Amino acid sequence: MLSNLIDVVNAISKWSIPVFIAGIVTYGYIKKVKVYEAFTEGAKEGVYTAVRIIPYLVAMLVAIGIFRASGIMNALTTAISPLARFIGMPPETVPMALMRPLSGAGAQGIMLDLFKIYGPDSFIGRLAATMMGATDTTFYILTVYFGSVAIKNTRHALPAGLVADFVGIVSAVLVCRMVFGK
Amino acid sequence: MINMIWFLMIVVGVIVGGITGNIEAVTKAAVDSANSAVELSLGLIGVMTLWLGVMKIAEESGLVSALARALKPIMIRLFPEVPAEHPAMGAMVLNIAANVLGLGNAATPLGLKAMEELQKLNYKKDTATNAMCTFLAINTSSVQLIPTTTIAMMYAAGSTDPTVIIGPTMIATTLSTVAGVVAAKTFEKMPMFRA
Repeated sequence: MLSNLIDVVNAISKWSIPVFIAGIVTYGYIKKVKVYEAFTEGAKEGVYTAVRIIPYLVAMLVAIGIFRASGIMNALTTAISPLARFIGMPPETVPMALMRPLSGAGAQGIMLDLFKIYGPDSFIGRLAATMMGATDTTFYILTVYFGSVAIKNTRHALPAGLVADFVGIVSAVLVCRMVFGK
Repeated sequence: MINMIWFLMIVVGVIVGGITGNIEAVTKAAVDSANSAVELSLGLIGVMTLWLGVMKIAEESGLVSALARALKPIMIRLFPEVPAEHPAMGAMVLNIAANVLGLGNAATPLGLKAMEELQKLNYKKDTATNAMCTFLAINTSSVQLIPTTTIAMMYAAGSTDPTVIIGPTMIATTLSTVAGVVAAKTFEKMPMFRA
């Protein structure tokens, strides 16, 4: 049962991209699109789009880098821990929750540490894994997406994204408590 | 909002770094982050080129507009400012589909294509539209159905039952997405966020 499920998950991650590409190319071919020409036409944009993002991404990652390196995350963790405990969230997982919207790789690193210390099948390990998938790297996504079209006034996008992050983390805690019991 | 947060992250970071004796780490982080931002952007060129090429085929074959048509009832409610048959709708559907399937490196280029299409409908080019903010709320809340990478990491760390997190993750991420969309729809009417 377990190995079957893992096989299915592995198969999905192994096959999805090739199938996605082949599916679209085949559909295009059937619909008589000059697939090679269309591909190169669209692909031209790739370089410019990537380069256009650079100033926005530098601005955001430098700020996040300074913020993280300052050691303020420890202070924030201490400040938030009582609140976390109130909803039944182990304080050990608070740094990961704070890191999740700022840096995907950073949050992943904390998750792996939690796996190492408490084990991936512990409540903390499972909660960390659930938090990982509950939301995404809000700051990075906003920067890249808005940067690509040179938008500077992002209006309510960040607050809305942070609301989603907050609800995602709290839901992860509550659902994990219900499912894995603690 | 973004100006204030950016300002605070830098100034608070430097001040706290000074107090806690991490000021050298702060210096290093600033320079390293700038470098890695450029590497990250340039590193996107490959997948960006690949997926924008594939996307063009999807567009010319009519697949993009067919997808937009199929999901029209949902899409026009989420994005009332965008015409139902506009290419932006199809691009957003493809981006969300790639996210749901967990095709991480396809999702970003498809999402940027959607932003480009949404920008064509924008009359104030440096300011986000309501549709953009709603679209980003969906993206930042993550809509991936099966967290394959995380499951693989749990497995590698010695988990005997990593797939147990699929259900909880689905529930949590659905709730976060609903919250994000509701927040975007609520905030867009507030005077402080007016375009």
